[in-house]
Amino acid sequence: MATATRLTSRYWTKTFLGQITGVTTTISRRTLVTTCVRKWQASGEFYSEQHLQLQSSLKKLIDVEINPHVDQWEKEHRFPAHEVFKKLGSAGFLGISKPEEYGGLGLDYGYTVAFAEALGSIHCGGIPMAISVQTDMATPALAKFGSDYLKETFLRPTIAGDMVVCLGVSEPGAGSDVAGIGTTARRQGDDLIINGQKMWITNGFQADWMCLLANTSEGSQHRNKSLICLPMNTPGIHRTSRIEKIGMHSSDTAQIFFEDVRVPAKNIIGEEGMGFTYQMLQFQEERLVGSAVCLAPLDKCIADTINYTSERKVFGQPVLNNQAVHYTLAELETEVEALRSLVYRATALYIGGEDVTKLVSMIKLKAGRLCRQVPDSCLQFWGGMGFTQENYVSRLYRDMRLVSIGAGADEVMLAIICKYAGTLPKVASSLKKKERQASN
Amino acid sequence: MSLRVLVGCKRVIDYAVKIRVRPDKLGVVTDGVKHSMNPFDEIAIEEAVRLKEKKIAKEVIAVSCGPTQAQETIRTALAMGADRGIHVEIPAKEMEKLEPLHVSKILAKLAEQEQAELVIVGKQAIDDDSNATAQMTAALLDWPQATFASKLEKTDGELEVTREVDGGLETIKVKLPAVVSSDLRLNEPRYATLPNIMKAKKKKIAKMKPKDLGVDLASHLEVVEVVDPPTREAGIKVEDVDTLVTKLKDAGRI
Ligand SMILES: Cc1cc2nc3c(=O)[nH]c(=O)nc-3n(C[C@H](O)[C@H](O)[C@H](O)COP(=O)(O)OP(=O)(O)OC[C@H]3O[C@@H](n4cnc5c(N)ncnc54)[C@H](O)[C@@H]3O)c2cc1C
Ligand SMILES: Cc1cc2nc3c(=O)[nH]c(=O)nc-3n(C[C@H](O)[C@H](O)[C@H](O)COP(=O)(O)OP(=O)(O)OC[C@H]3O[C@@H](n4cnc5c(N)ncnc54)[C@H](O)[C@@H]3O)c2cc1C
Repeated sequence: MATATRLTSRYWTKTFLGQITGVTTTISRRTLVTTCVRKWQASGEFYSEQHLQLQSSLKKLIDVEINPHVDQWEKEHRFPAHEVFKKLGSAGFLGISKPEEYGGLGLDYGYTVAFAEALGSIHCGGIPMAISVQTDMATPALAKFGSDYLKETFLRPTIAGDMVVCLGVSEPGAGSDVAGIGTTARRQGDDLIINGQKMWITNGFQADWMCLLANTSEGSQHRNKSLICLPMNTPGIHRTSRIEKIGMHSSDTAQIFFEDVRVPAKNIIGEEGMGFTYQMLQFQEERLVGSAVCLAPLDKCIADTINYTSERKVFGQPVLNNQAVHYTLAELETEVEALRSLVYRATALYIGGEDVTKLVSMIKLKAGRLCRQVPDSCLQFWGGMGFTQENYVSRLYRDMRLVSIGAGADEVMLAIICKYAGTLPKVASSLKKKERQASN
Repeated sequence: MSLRVLVGCKRVIDYAVKIRVRPDKLGVVTDGVKHSMNPFDEIAIEEAVRLKEKKIAKEVIAVSCGPTQAQETIRTALAMGADRGIHVEIPAKEMEKLEPLHVSKILAKLAEQEQAELVIVGKQAIDDDSNATAQMTAALLDWPQATFASKLEKTDGELEVTREVDGGLETIKVKLPAVVSSDLRLNEPRYATLPNIMKAKKKKIAKMKPKDLGVDLASHLEVVEVVDPPTREAGIKVEDVDTLVTKLKDAGRI
């Protein structure tokens, strides 16, 4: 028995060392990936000193400029996006992985993920969401595919924090089914004329411009769309009804109508007709960052609950002393650590240029699940106090519920994972096509 | 005249951490505990950087005496705007025995070597609360000292320093070179911007040992015991003001 154990451990040591010292493939991309992952394995630390400095500086900014106001902003159901973004922009936080020519820092995606993780120290879900729309949801496609003109006009001021941006993809009739959007942008000379509507638009009330997904031609739903930089002061744009939500209160969510809105055709990001593809690429960063933002709140939820239950006494002892309580919290913490590791691994692979769509979909799914499970379990241990508005856990319980829905619902993530696994029945998609043809 | 400023920055247990006494009662638990720059030293760095921005200082040197991780503290100072760093290596084991006099000797020696005309340190470190380094450094150098500074202004060859004293504010003038210790209200330290954090990576940190500076770390103090502060006892509710007054009198509080 003992020999067997030793043998096994030697085998594993050898294999592990083999991984570390083994010959890498000649493809440099691969080499980079393995170097990233290996460096991480060797040190056990994913973040370098610079990443940690970034995080501690950002946390300081958050503690001074943001957290003291969060309760008030949550009550008022809005926060001053221009003011907050300018502070973040001046400190260099809004263009971490964006090109240096436009005011970014050109740092690899690990820094963006470090930033996202530290954003989680804001005491609510709404503001981190609003910030990540600016940094990683509405701007990746522009930075990668936009013309110099568009980057100069829209990207530079967005990185500086002088402009607030929103992302216009979802509509009342199409959320999960992005390809099914109905908003059109038809060419008229050198211009586009936009008609339709968008719903659920984060930052929608305060934004200076929108990264808009619209149909620019007829034909295949995956090749007829374009992403367009749309200034929000263009005539014909109506921002109506602020949507009242169960959580994410400080973030404004708008419904927006377009009535013959005229914008130059040169505002199309990259190639016309590539909008759907660009948006799918953009989603990867949105989902990775969105999930990284969840880590700190989940940690804090557990930590606050440990604090509360160690002081709250029931039946003559702290609530925490019940095995049902401390084991549950230990299990939840384990889950959060597993998610964190998945986030780091996908980030390392993404930096190396790998396609991480499947992994990121898994991360987004797991984040969504934990964002329900962790606050719900923790809230339970607060008893009646958990059901009040007075604590962070109940705020998270409301705010984090969105993670399973926004940026692609859990079921959409499952469908992507199944597609990669080859287990998604073909009938589903052909059925969808038929339905669409019928409704058109 | 443009000054070269030497600033002390100590790595201490982060102010937000709940301190725990070690089982041997000879110190507090430091392993696996978050550390950061002593808040008063952050104020000192900020002041030095502001002097540089006003072109009163030409160079800001951040010094930290501590274990390897003290370099992280220096990097923070560099990201805030210090020009270069000096790390005086003290092995983690010896850190507990490091006394203000040792640090003062190191700072005094470095001030001479670097031809600094101004030394700024925090008024105290939040771990041992000694409040002695500035004073002893000034004594060793035989320079004037301006402690607990809440405002600092340069006039010709002199510094005008506002000090927070018990009775209010006192304004003094000191001739340069001088030693200043920063109080809480001297300024509000900036957070490092990301571009500056990245630039700080390239700034130089010189490494040396106390003995390179001829400083001997022999102990003059011995820690006899470290104990937790007494826990607060539960309060009671009283019916009215009279009962309150009686209770307070009984407790000998009034
Ligand atoms: C607070 C908030 C902020 C938002 N911000 C933005 C924004 O800034 N920009 C933007 O464009 N959008 C935004 N959204 C929209 C968000 O992305 C959509 O709500 C989301 O994509 C889901 O779309 P839907 O609401 O239309 O739900 P539907 O598409 O109607 O889906 C409803 C449910 O159907 C189920 N479902 C869907 N597809 C499948 C499937 N394949 N298999 C099984 N079940 C399935 C899921 O359970 C799903 O939750 C925001 C939403 C909210 C609530
Ligand atoms: C909206 C609302 C309305 C209410 N209305 C009334 C009312 O009309 N009249 C009234 O008298 N009360 C009322 N209550 C109080 C309610 O009954 C208590 O909140 C509930 O009994 C839990 O008690 P607690 O809040 O003190 O939680 P605690 O007793 O502090 O318990 C906290 C948590 O500890 C855990 N726990 C407790 N015991 C154990 C155990 N043995 N093993 C493992 N885990 C344990 C559980 O997860 C529990 O949720 C109300 C509460 C709310 C929120």
